[in-house]
Amino acid sequence: MKIGILAIQGSVEEHKVILEKLGIENVLVKKAKDLDTIDGLILPGGESTTLIHILKTMDIFEYLKEKIKKGLPVLSTCAGLIILAKQIENYPNQNSLDVLNITLSRNAYGRQRESFITYLPIPILGDEPYEAVFIRAPKIIKTGEGVKIHATFQDSPVFVEEGNILGLTFHPELTNDLRIHKYFLSKMR
Amino acid sequence: MEVILGNEKVKRGLAQMLKGGVIMDVTNAEQAEIAESAGAVAVMALERVPADIRAQGGVARMADPKKIKEIMSAVSIPVMAKVRIGHFVEAQILEALGVDFIDESEVLTPADEKYHINKHLFKVPFVCGARDLGEALRRIAEGAAMIRTKGEAGTGNVVEAVRHMRQIMDEIRSLALIPDEELVTKAKELGAPLEVLIETKKLGRLPVVNFAAGGIATPADAALMMHLGADGVFVGSGIFKSKDPRKRARAIVLAVTYYNDPEVLAEISEDLGEPMPGIDVRQLSEKELLQIRGW
Repeated sequence: MKIGILAIQGSVEEHKVILEKLGIENVLVKKAKDLDTIDGLILPGGESTTLIHILKTMDIFEYLKEKIKKGLPVLSTCAGLIILAKQIENYPNQNSLDVLNITLSRNAYGRQRESFITYLPIPILGDEPYEAVFIRAPKIIKTGEGVKIHATFQDSPVFVEEGNILGLTFHPELTNDLRIHKYFLSKMR
Repeated sequence: MEVILGNEKVKRGLAQMLKGGVIMDVTNAEQAEIAESAGAVAVMALERVPADIRAQGGVARMADPKKIKEIMSAVSIPVMAKVRIGHFVEAQILEALGVDFIDESEVLTPADEKYHINKHLFKVPFVCGARDLGEALRRIAEGAAMIRTKGEAGTGNVVEAVRHMRQIMDEIRSLALIPDEELVTKAKELGAPLEVLIETKKLGRLPVVNFAAGGIATPADAALMMHLGADGVFVGSGIFKSKDPRKRARAIVLAVTYYNDPEVLAEISEDLGEPMPGIDVRQLSEKELLQIRGW
């Protein structure tokens, strides 16, 4: 099994370190053709406007959308989630891949001084709470039919799953807790 | 549910999200929008870019809050702003405004010639300039969540950024060869706290994100800095002092992602128009150098 990490910008190295701890072969994805060699893809944290801009400029956008629609397993964190969403409420003109049936609001908790860490109960990962790091995080304000909600914070979903896509508004790659990556990999076996 | 705000992980975490990206100096809302649409990961809100500060002289201070708010409301990406070295009240003002990152910068006129800001006291993260490992580790000990090379701002000349990045990376590489019993003496020589030095040796890199800054003017400059070990790039005067800022901004953004792909670099470097006028750093007298501010 080989996992790709979209390596345009952001927390690429952090995800790579976790995959290496788990002994998973991985490759950095920078061009459309890199998508042909992988069994799953991680969309890291970063700036969603930058990711979208480069995906479009380098002609990766449509091909990636097609791959995800055809079932490529995806783990997305923060900005990675934003680029998958059907709709971005407060920036309606921002492009997105429109493959995950959620509406979200960007920077919904405030600016960086409002960024935070909390310990979330996530039943599918076991009893131990998960250290969730939220950085200028988006908020999922609406989920469509078929979207499973694995965790919430202050009544908003923060960890969702629809078909081949896992979406998180926080950053598992900034912690030493490997359970979310393990869950993603377990879906592919 | 317990919520922790502004601890080290959260502050360093934002810098981690900026990696592989370009942070651009802007002086108004229009420039900020150009930067965002070109793919910048953040903007630095300023009243004057370093090239103008250098040309005009006088005391350079924190920007007018009105200017900063104008830029904050124009873009969705993080907004940074600069304070004078040691001027913790300017920093308190920026934190109150909700700026996402504070640059305690040698580009502004220092307010304190002995002490930098105690950055641990803030919920907003700080970035600071450094020319060598000792300086970088002192700033991290004071609470900096991100380091950048000082380079020589406002010159359009990358030579000093290269010098500072090579210096820091060489010193980190040489740490790997130092036996543990020599680390206390090494810390004394560097004027850096032992704890941060040990952490750096263990990681084989700085414990915070390390960007290049000071003199970057072309896509090739940006790619060069990435090869030398930068986690990303600040471009100050290089974009909006060039002939075609929109085009140059887009090219520099791509150059940072595709720094090790010369074919992409060749394509994006084409027909960018005149870069900013450059200054030979050797022609500057000691008192004109910005990099010697701070310690």
